[in-house]
Amino acid sequence: MFEAGHGLEALEKLKETGPLDIALVDWNMPEMNGYDFVCEVRKDDQYKDMKLMMVTTETEMAQVIKALEAGANEYIMKPFTKDMIVEKLTILGLDVG
Amino acid sequence: MAINPADFDYISKIVREQCAIVLEKGKEYLVESRVMPLVHQEKLESIETLVRKIKSDPRGSLKDAVIEAMTTNETSFFRDIHPFETLKKVIIPELLEKRKLKKELNIWCGASSSGQEPYTLVMLLKNEFPQLNTWKLNFSASDISNQMLNRCKSGIYSQLEINRGLPAPLMVKYFERIGTEWQVKEELRKMIQFRIINLSERWPMMPQLDLVMMRNVLIYFDVEMKKDILGRIRKLLRPDGYLFLGAAETTLNLDENFERMPFKQSGCYRLKQG
Repeated sequence: MFEAGHGLEALEKLKETGPLDIALVDWNMPEMNGYDFVCEVRKDDQYKDMKLMMVTTETEMAQVIKALEAGANEYIMKPFTKDMIVEKLTILGLDVG
Repeated sequence: MAINPADFDYISKIVREQCAIVLEKGKEYLVESRVMPLVHQEKLESIETLVRKIKSDPRGSLKDAVIEAMTTNETSFFRDIHPFETLKKVIIPELLEKRKLKKELNIWCGASSSGQEPYTLVMLLKNEFPQLNTWKLNFSASDISNQMLNRCKSGIYSQLEINRGLPAPLMVKYFERIGTEWQVKEELRKMIQFRIINLSERWPMMPQLDLVMMRNVLIYFDVEMKKDILGRIRKLLRPDGYLFLGAAETTLNLDENFERMPFKQSGCYRLKQG
């Protein structure tokens, strides 16, 4: 598991790690927000199979649609529980046991 | 606040009498967790006070409220995922092929609780099988609880409920934001006929069924009632129809006319062929 404080840092991390199974991304972050991070990742074909899930306080339908259209695979609104994250990962085909 | 044994016995007794649901010793936590919100809502001191009030007015609404609280089950959209994968990949395509001349499908969700399961199924049908638009779809969803049925009909869910198991692309497609809550779009709500059915009593007339969803409800009944319910489903099910039970449920040693289908963790059964 890798952590990053904002989108730019996450992009740098990804260059080191290569494609991961999934990234959980907050919408509101300094330097580069989660939406821009999703857009950037989706521009690069090597990450095409990597799942992206927005984890955010943004609950407007328009925001959900915007994130999905940008290439996010899933969207979860805060507050949430661990079980909800597990359910969402299962939807994405990730076996979390 | 712990429930005392006499009050547990009393609540077990009324729940069993009203809907044949068995609450064995060891389920005290369940009764406490379900009934305490009612105690607070009614501004009572304890479960003991609640039971005393019910005993003093056995025909009052409090007794019904306890039954409601005890029969409301936890649920989520696409609960357990595997049954819905099996429906999408195998069962529905097979039924569509078999019924292609008549173009009619009869489906019953027998323990709908707050509606996530029937709505999951209609979302799946609408999203994956658009050809059904020209079919006659008889889709019934029932629950014992009037309160739950009203929730089903409204199709309104909190943000926490929406977070549970519902794929975001389907949320965007089939829900509308209503203030801080989310409502299933009318096009889906009108596909389902919601009705009250107490599984332990007489069932209303139903057509021959292609698919019965009866998940996570048999566990609440004693063996005789499980046999009775499975027997009645057997008579309603078309010979090539399917029954889905919960992951912890089985027809084994209850009704030998069913056979389990070899689909991963799906709880899928059909009548023995031949």
